[in-house]
Amino acid sequence: MDLNSVWFWLIAVLIIGYAILDGFDFGVGILSLFGRDEKERRIHVNAIGPVWDGNEVWLITGGGALFAAFPAVYATVFSGFYIALMLLLAALIFRAVSFEFRNKVDSPAWRHAWDWAFGLGSTLPAILFGVAMGNILHGVPIDANGNYLGTFIGLLNPYSIGVGVLSLVLFTMHGAIYLATKTDGHLRDRCQKWATHLWMDYVMLYIIITMWTWLASPFLFKDSSSKSMFYVFIIVLLGSIVYLPILLKAGKFNRAFLVSSLIIAAMLGQMALSLYPRLVPSSIDLNDSLTIYNSSSSLLTLQTMLVIALIGIPIVLVYSICIHYVFRGKVEITEESY
Amino acid sequence: MDALLLARLQFAFTIGFHFLFPPISIGLAWLLVIMEGLGWRKNDEMYVRMGKFFGKMLALTFAVGVATGIVMEFQFGTNWAVYSKFVGDIFGAPLAAEGIFAFFLESGFLGLYLFGRNKVSKGVHWFSILMVALGATISAFWIIVANSWQQTPAGYILRNGRAELTSFYDAVFNPSTVIRYLHTVDAALIAGAFFVTGIAAYLILKGKETELAYRAMKIAVIFGFITSLLELMPFGHEHAKQVARTQPEKFAALEGLYTSQSGAPLVFFAVPFTKPPELKAKMEMPGMLSWMAFGDVNARIKGINEFSPENIPPLWLTFVSFHNMVVLGMYFIAISLYACIQLRRKKLIETKWLLHLFVWSIPLPLAACQLGWITAEVGRQPWIVYGLLRTADAHSTTVTAGEIGFSIILFGLIYLLLGILYIYILVREVNHGPLPVKM
Repeated sequence: MDLNSVWFWLIAVLIIGYAILDGFDFGVGILSLFGRDEKERRIHVNAIGPVWDGNEVWLITGGGALFAAFPAVYATVFSGFYIALMLLLAALIFRAVSFEFRNKVDSPAWRHAWDWAFGLGSTLPAILFGVAMGNILHGVPIDANGNYLGTFIGLLNPYSIGVGVLSLVLFTMHGAIYLATKTDGHLRDRCQKWATHLWMDYVMLYIIITMWTWLASPFLFKDSSSKSMFYVFIIVLLGSIVYLPILLKAGKFNRAFLVSSLIIAAMLGQMALSLYPRLVPSSIDLNDSLTIYNSSSSLLTLQTMLVIALIGIPIVLVYSICIHYVFRGKVEITEESY
Repeated sequence: MDALLLARLQFAFTIGFHFLFPPISIGLAWLLVIMEGLGWRKNDEMYVRMGKFFGKMLALTFAVGVATGIVMEFQFGTNWAVYSKFVGDIFGAPLAAEGIFAFFLESGFLGLYLFGRNKVSKGVHWFSILMVALGATISAFWIIVANSWQQTPAGYILRNGRAELTSFYDAVFNPSTVIRYLHTVDAALIAGAFFVTGIAAYLILKGKETELAYRAMKIAVIFGFITSLLELMPFGHEHAKQVARTQPEKFAALEGLYTSQSGAPLVFFAVPFTKPPELKAKMEMPGMLSWMAFGDVNARIKGINEFSPENIPPLWLTFVSFHNMVVLGMYFIAISLYACIQLRRKKLIETKWLLHLFVWSIPLPLAACQLGWITAEVGRQPWIVYGLLRTADAHSTTVTAGEIGFSIILFGLIYLLLGILYIYILVREVNHGPLPVKM
């Protein structure tokens, strides 16, 4: 495997890590909109309070890695998806400050306002993540010079919105399962019910979107179906999808959380595999697509970055796991809580 | 207005707003390392309460810093796509390294610091604030690396229509990185020191928790004096020498040297006029600039007249922001020195006017940071990468003025709201004071 491919997969790993980790943050935030009272909503906020910020760093690092390894993709996609990204940033800003702000003033109206900021600031990114993935699977109008020719409205095509709904449902389910691991009693029972319902919605949507993808972007299946990894992802994905409701019914939420993480990883992994070696297919002419070869940095930069990643990532994983371990178990509301 | 001007406006205003918060975070985090360390080693409840009190403010500041920081990382791609393609081979690596080496560290351990006080041992808890401080300081390093490469590019070759890396070491440790890093981080430490000093002074004036506030102030004024002094000598001085050697146009602009001369004077005060460039009402010391920059009172320094007009930076703004930053820097040394003297005489609490002055001085180091940043960035114009790429050629060609106008209004409103709420909540927290002793 050449360095360009190594970087393709490293960025895929960063995006998958982000989707799994901030994915449950989004889900918990979305579900907080359905919290019954102040106490319940506070549990939602504090279930992810100590970890959400570290989770968001996966996005920042992914963005930096994309800039470093494939600057042409970073430049074309970010300037092309301008309005969508600005809305995403606005949502992430509101979510970030809602944690700190909501409990600082003892007034129901104030808290209510920040609960909405938290909920909607989680909902919009959950949808936009899928819309962005949908557009990439579908291909975007890129000309032979690598310039984006589309519009904001063009990004909101029916197929991409469909993928946006799929990601909304998937992240909400993932968040419900996470919340179940962090709570007791009625709230946990409701999480269990939510997760089960959302699992059914997810399965239905997944079937529809897969068929739609097959119609919209047949090129994705042409090369990838001959690779053995393609079948590994399919087996993991289908196995996880089947196994999940069994675990939910048995109340084994920790394991269910791992399995729903696997669903996200396998779906995105399969997507990466079908795109490879393209990063952004062109909908004008597939030959004008941005690939890991025509949009990459120089060999020296890719090598240097690999060294940085090999030094940095193991350290990050060690202390991140330790920190998540410290905050394992049920949410306790103390004087330090948000 | 055209897309270029709007893109520049948006960058200036989003980075300017963002840069209000990281200096406080960095400075405050290191002061918390001291406070929490004392609380742990001396097993003194008062330092623990001090830590909790200022820790809340760190959390608040950090949250707004994070929220406004993501915008920056995306903005190179959204608004400056041509730039991003040109420098991506070099500029992306520090940003990715910042994520891996710094952001994970500070955000992960901040969660542990804020919520783990009763979940881990005291030593581990202190270690967590140390890691937050270290992470924030490392993060500043990689950002300064990226920005210094724009100022004094090195370790690259122009190939395939872009700057390609030839030596990572040379690019990271380009001629301005180290001194700019020390100068910037020290400025952040001053901002943290004045933040704590001002809040402690406020508590003393209100007669609230005076003992705790006095101890916090003691730590912060000493810290503030040392860092303010270092900021002038050696960091500020060495940084100016580096600019004189590596960016002579910028140096001439910020010192107000409009015609080349030997024995160039150091201008302390002047009112700059632009057409033609001229300083009026000057207060200056002959030969001083030549001596400071090149160690020789007779050294010849290039003035603005020696550079071609399309390569000189805006003169007025560069001069004014630089000189006001220096004035503020002198003020920090003077006020913190006087506070240290009063502290030694045990008269700090009685010197009410000084306490009042400290309260009103909280935002001044931030103003100095902004002015320094304006000097650095405006002084680099018309280049986005000094000598290699002009700002006018670097923005996204596919993004329209209307789209940028939309995002400026969007972020303008959001940042206005954030700014107001930040100050409102901060003032509330300070007025609540530290949590009472548990019975």
